[in-house]
Amino acid sequence: MQQETVRAGTIETTYREAVKQAIRDAIKRDERVFLMGEDVGRYGGCYAVSKGLLAEFGPERIRDTPLSESGFTGAGIGAAMAGMRPIVEVMTVNFSLLALDQIMNTAATVRHMSGNQFGVPLVIRMATGAGKQLAAQHSHSLEGWYAHIPGIKVLAPATLEDARGMLWTALQDPDPVLIFENVMLYNMSGKLAADAGAVDIDKAAVRRPGSDISLVTYGGSLWKTLEAATALAVEGIEAEVVDLRSLRPLDDATIMASVAKTRRAVIVDEGWRSGSLAAEVGMRIVEQAFWSLDAPLGRVCSEEVPIPYPAHLENAAIPQADKVVAAAKAALGRK
Amino acid sequence: MTARADKPHLSREHMLDILKKMIRIRRFEDKCAELYTQEKIRGFLHLYDGEEAVAAGVIPVLDQRDHIVATYREHGHALVRGVPMTKVMAEMYGKQEGCSHGRGGSMHLFDRDYNFHGGNAIVGGGLPMAVGLALADHMRGGDHVIACFFGEGAVAEGEFHESMNLAALWGLPVLFVCENNLYAMGTALALSESETDIEHKAACYKIDAEAVDGMDVVAVEAAARRAVHAVRGSRKPYFLECRTYRLRAHSMFDAQLYREKSEIEAWRHREPIVRFQTWLQANHIIHPDDVPRIEADVDAEIADAVAFAEAGTWEPVGELTRFTYAESAGLAGQ
Repeated sequence: MQQETVRAGTIETTYREAVKQAIRDAIKRDERVFLMGEDVGRYGGCYAVSKGLLAEFGPERIRDTPLSESGFTGAGIGAAMAGMRPIVEVMTVNFSLLALDQIMNTAATVRHMSGNQFGVPLVIRMATGAGKQLAAQHSHSLEGWYAHIPGIKVLAPATLEDARGMLWTALQDPDPVLIFENVMLYNMSGKLAADAGAVDIDKAAVRRPGSDISLVTYGGSLWKTLEAATALAVEGIEAEVVDLRSLRPLDDATIMASVAKTRRAVIVDEGWRSGSLAAEVGMRIVEQAFWSLDAPLGRVCSEEVPIPYPAHLENAAIPQADKVVAAAKAALGRK
Repeated sequence: MTARADKPHLSREHMLDILKKMIRIRRFEDKCAELYTQEKIRGFLHLYDGEEAVAAGVIPVLDQRDHIVATYREHGHALVRGVPMTKVMAEMYGKQEGCSHGRGGSMHLFDRDYNFHGGNAIVGGGLPMAVGLALADHMRGGDHVIACFFGEGAVAEGEFHESMNLAALWGLPVLFVCENNLYAMGTALALSESETDIEHKAACYKIDAEAVDGMDVVAVEAAARRAVHAVRGSRKPYFLECRTYRLRAHSMFDAQLYREKSEIEAWRHREPIVRFQTWLQANHIIHPDDVPRIEADVDAEIADAVAFAEAGTWEPVGELTRFTYAESAGLAGQ
């Protein structure tokens, strides 16, 4: 159920607004849904996503929490087990490490440990990624770590459609779903169908068709990768850009279909290179499509350094379009 | 006579019932220890020997509709709650007839039919879950009590403090039951807490609290009645510290280097079953043949449970990756 053909016209909106409307819509449609997290109410959300929702829905359903990531994430787990549909917001992925015990040891294990008697239909949203000069404790991209964990699903909405549509589908899922919103996307504006609604959360999407090389990416890096593809086109290289959308499970079929067509691939991932999601995607290509490949795989990841504060160093630390262009050319043997 | 919900009743029938509950736990676990040496049960096995009065005193006071969150030392809680001994024993074996389909083992007993939410083996990790179960009840205007058991070791965890604060801040019906057995594995309370009077920790969260002799099942039950009555009536949390002692090792791998044998012996004189039995006999509440009869009944039940577990089946390896995600959307639709 990818975004259907636009019928009701389009609206100009932002990623932030799309996420907010998704939350509003879910709270209105399902009385079991509520939003809980630090500063989601009176403050309006650290990234202003939930601004105005407290006035609309009240403090029970837009629930400000103390700075107790483990406690309120665990409370979301318990409430989900009891039949509610909580949306837990964690300010940034770095803070989510304080809740990692609950996410990993409880949310991801309860169904299994209980022999399928209890599930945790919980959605956890959090901001991820660098680019706002927030330095080494607010800027990391750890969604690849979470994608390592069986028992949860991990989403990375990169487009307005996905920001608007993934939440509802995630709330229908009987298992925990983590949604990673790249901080650089919140201000992104564009057109969205006025009747935009739920989208699937298990398929990758080809955002730009091409025949010469597959550029596989997700989240905030999608737009840099598309920029790179445009630059490559100027030089006569047609890159296909695959947006993973779901980091767990990975949609192997879409990746392999693209690689079978282009015979080359570069993976772009804002996580650190070592042990990265890019490594996982690359290895899957090697396992499943090795004989289709005409060149070694390439990767553009973050440099192996905590994210620094100065803008020039921060920019140098994470994937940028020029690095993607260079990696793509290298895979094609072009200079 | 009208029984008040917050007062214990001391009828012979009731006394025999709680005595049997404790004997049932003790003998079940004695059998488990034996089966462990025979390698029928593997992994970690944490016995409740000496602490039976807590589960037997608290859990029967709860209603069937109430919820329980327990720890990895939870065989007693599951049995008192009513999870069939056959299913518990099969779980100890890892057979698919077990109460967690064999996937959990000793530390992860679950049973939806009894609102028994584990079996949580991260110390302190169950407390936020209890807060969440209570939050759901609060938001739906329910009247359930969520009883959350944990050891005094959990009190050092951040999750304890976060959970106490959230429950008090939001006015949630959680009964926090601290089973203070004086040792977090091998670390004595005085070596892990600046304030060793655990009951006092509740005060900084404005949670009403009571400490009780956890080796005295009548006292525990009386305190539990007050506590459950308070939670159900006020819809606010309550903290009950049960002062108890673990007479056996922490797990089957523990050489108990951290405590003196004389200390264990001193506590053995206060152990809850013999103490209660002696009191019942001295007060002529039970007859001389009551205990042998209870023991015979329990032994027969244990024999059945062992036979059930032995006859149980191993889940096919082909099903290894099941229960990681829901197999149909309806499963979590509760």
